[in-house]
Amino acid sequence: MDFRLGDNADSLRAALRAYLDEALTDEVEERLYRSGVSHDADFIGGLIDRGWFAPAWSEDLGGAGLDPTSVMVIFEELNRREAPMYATSVSLMVAKALVKFGTDEMRREIVPAVLRAETICVLGFTEPEAGSDVANAQTRAVRDGDEWMINGSKMFTTNAQLGDYIYLLTRSNPDERKHRGLTTFLVPLDHPGIEVQAVHTISGERTNIVYFNDVRVPDSARIGDVDGGWSVLTASLMDEQMASFAPWIVRLLEEVEAWAAETGRIDDPGVRERLGRVAAQVEVALLLRRRCTWMDEEGITRNVEGPMAKLFSSESLTQASQDMFDLIGPDALRSYPDPEAVRGGRIEYMMRFALGTTIYAGTSEIQRTQIAQRGLGLPR
Amino acid sequence: MDLRLSAEQDQLVDAFRSLYAKHAPPDRVRDAELVGHDPELWSQLQGLGVIEMAIDEDRGGWGASMLDLALVAEQHGRHVAPAPLIERQVAARALARLESPRLDDVLSGDRVTSIALHPSVDGVAPAVPAASVADDVLVLVGDALCLVPVSAGSAFENLGSMPLADVGTDGGEVLEGGAVARQVFETALDEWLLLTAAALIGLGARALEIGVEYARERIAFGVPIGSFQALSHPFADSAAALDGARLLAYEAAWAVDEDTDRARELAALAFAFGSESARDASYRSLHVHGGYGFMLEYDIQLYWRRARAWPAVWGAPPDGYRRAADARHGRR
Ligand SMILES: Cc1cc2nc3c(=O)[nH]c(=O)nc-3n(C[C@H](O)[C@H](O)[C@H](O)COP(=O)(O)OP(=O)(O)OC[C@H]3O[C@@H](n4cnc5c(N)ncnc54)[C@H](O)[C@@H]3O)c2cc1C
Repeated sequence: MDFRLGDNADSLRAALRAYLDEALTDEVEERLYRSGVSHDADFIGGLIDRGWFAPAWSEDLGGAGLDPTSVMVIFEELNRREAPMYATSVSLMVAKALVKFGTDEMRREIVPAVLRAETICVLGFTEPEAGSDVANAQTRAVRDGDEWMINGSKMFTTNAQLGDYIYLLTRSNPDERKHRGLTTFLVPLDHPGIEVQAVHTISGERTNIVYFNDVRVPDSARIGDVDGGWSVLTASLMDEQMASFAPWIVRLLEEVEAWAAETGRIDDPGVRERLGRVAAQVEVALLLRRRCTWMDEEGITRNVEGPMAKLFSSESLTQASQDMFDLIGPDALRSYPDPEAVRGGRIEYMMRFALGTTIYAGTSEIQRTQIAQRGLGLPR
Repeated sequence: MDLRLSAEQDQLVDAFRSLYAKHAPPDRVRDAELVGHDPELWSQLQGLGVIEMAIDEDRGGWGASMLDLALVAEQHGRHVAPAPLIERQVAARALARLESPRLDDVLSGDRVTSIALHPSVDGVAPAVPAASVADDVLVLVGDALCLVPVSAGSAFENLGSMPLADVGTDGGEVLEGGAVARQVFETALDEWLLLTAAALIGLGARALEIGVEYARERIAFGVPIGSFQALSHPFADSAAALDGARLLAYEAAWAVDEDTDRARELAALAFAFGSESARDASYRSLHVHGGYGFMLEYDIQLYWRRARAWPAVWGAPPDGYRRAADARHGRR
């Protein structure tokens, strides 16, 4: 066994840190905070220039063709600094589905534009009445010759206000069993009949509800087979299955350790105990996620290693951010804009942000069910 | 990163797995509850060279790595084996580090030595693990590491059915004093914490399996109880925590072997987090048995008691977290 990530990974990490220190200036942070949007075109441009934007993508498709460990290191460092990656990483996820299931035109036009960060795609899976049970989507797509008529609504369509396309899950066949009657489309968000309304969240991030009223799209907007949407969707969600929030716990611990050193509280044994607990959560969360990467690198099929990494990291972040908030006392209340805020309000922010991590990319309950059934062999 | 065991490590694990399956099944664990020690099991372990492997080659041992020892400890924990493996290995390693001639008696099997995890107070080292079945105990008395012969009669019954004893430390032989003694003691403690973590993770993983097996079979309201999320979801949390704890313990062992500057921190983290994970898993598995979990007849209680008792001879999870933080930030 060897727990080193290797010299390549170490120097890549150092390069990323240096770059992020330079690129994520106070002005950028301020802009991101005010906008509530995890996207910044200038910042992404810098990543593209350095080959860090689509590191896992092969070079012929416009990526950097890096190995899984390097990709993981990039992910760890970008997220540790909470770099504005959400809009583009979702777009890359959609682009991946387009490579696999899209039309030639999508592959030719849209995929390269996503890799240049010129096109933003958003996910339209969740509906007001269907979230975890995503296969229960009710947004209707009715075929009419060479066209489809779409009616319904999508909930939590993050970044739809700035996106170009929505990757849309619809019900094309209400007579089939629920997983078999789904079809996916890629629909331009400026299409007539689409209305995007803001939904504001506890972390300050903006998301949306999107309404579809008689939206008429050509059959060429379809991704994958008619009524074959479920396999398209599950393939796209594969990447989400090893989502990890370990880097945010790393950040949380760094901030609280800095606070404890600045204030002298670091000498208090009670403070040390609680910092030690978060240090364990950091280590375990990183290891559970790194195990996934190691398995990918070795070509070992993952079972529930991804759900374990997601579940542990998001639940730990939620618990640890609350505990660190409690530890700091009344000053922890102060939000980012207040100049007196502890560590620029990071800890207060992290406690809000953490709540979402146990919900999106599969709630904790969905992860636990997978671990119990697929991992432990417990009955349905 | 490489998480694969070597072929030799796979063989090592297999060898100990079959030894424990044969010589530490639940009925043997129960038979040993009063004394906390199964001499036949110990002689089998000795036969596989558990002391020799823990000692470097230039001191007359086989020079196994800390990771090897952790893998053995994990199997030990899976069987809640009634033999003081870890204390004896750690004590022998401390004697080797002290370059004490006493190591020869230990390697030859003439003397059995354990180690006190806390310095003696007012002439007594309390609740020393494996002491009631030892000839000598290594104890930090003030600033001196002493080898103290154990006199009979100070053993006591305890939660984990462990061979514990309070050891009077007057008249021990001083092996080393001053900063060196401290350092050897702290290193021994690191090793004990780490190997105990590995044992607890094996214990927790087996406890979880016992609970999962029961939950698949037991029917209530016409369905297997394992289909109730109120039971299966906490099991999933335990499965993730134990997998993480295992990776952490292996990383700590690797850090000791590589002599990285995080070894002490990681050993203490593995102990604290491993203790919590084993505790939670054994609690959940006991609870899933309903009233049967409360009966002595079911094996899960053997696990629940040891998950709490084994670590407690040194301390609770918060003590481990503080020790880790001290290693990370420097002592106050
Ligand atoms: C900030 C944010 C951004 C998001 N961005 C997007 C996006 O861009 N695109 C998109 O499509 N979606 C997005 N989502 C939606 C997200 O995927 C859903 O919120 C999530 O899948 C849960 O669905 P729901 O909110 O309808 O909750 P529900 O599914 O109604 O769940 C409610 C509660 O019931 C529990 N529950 C549900 N089913 C079970 C079960 N079988 N067993 C046990 N418990 C269960 C859940 O765990 C949860 O606690 C976003 C959500 C958030 C919060």
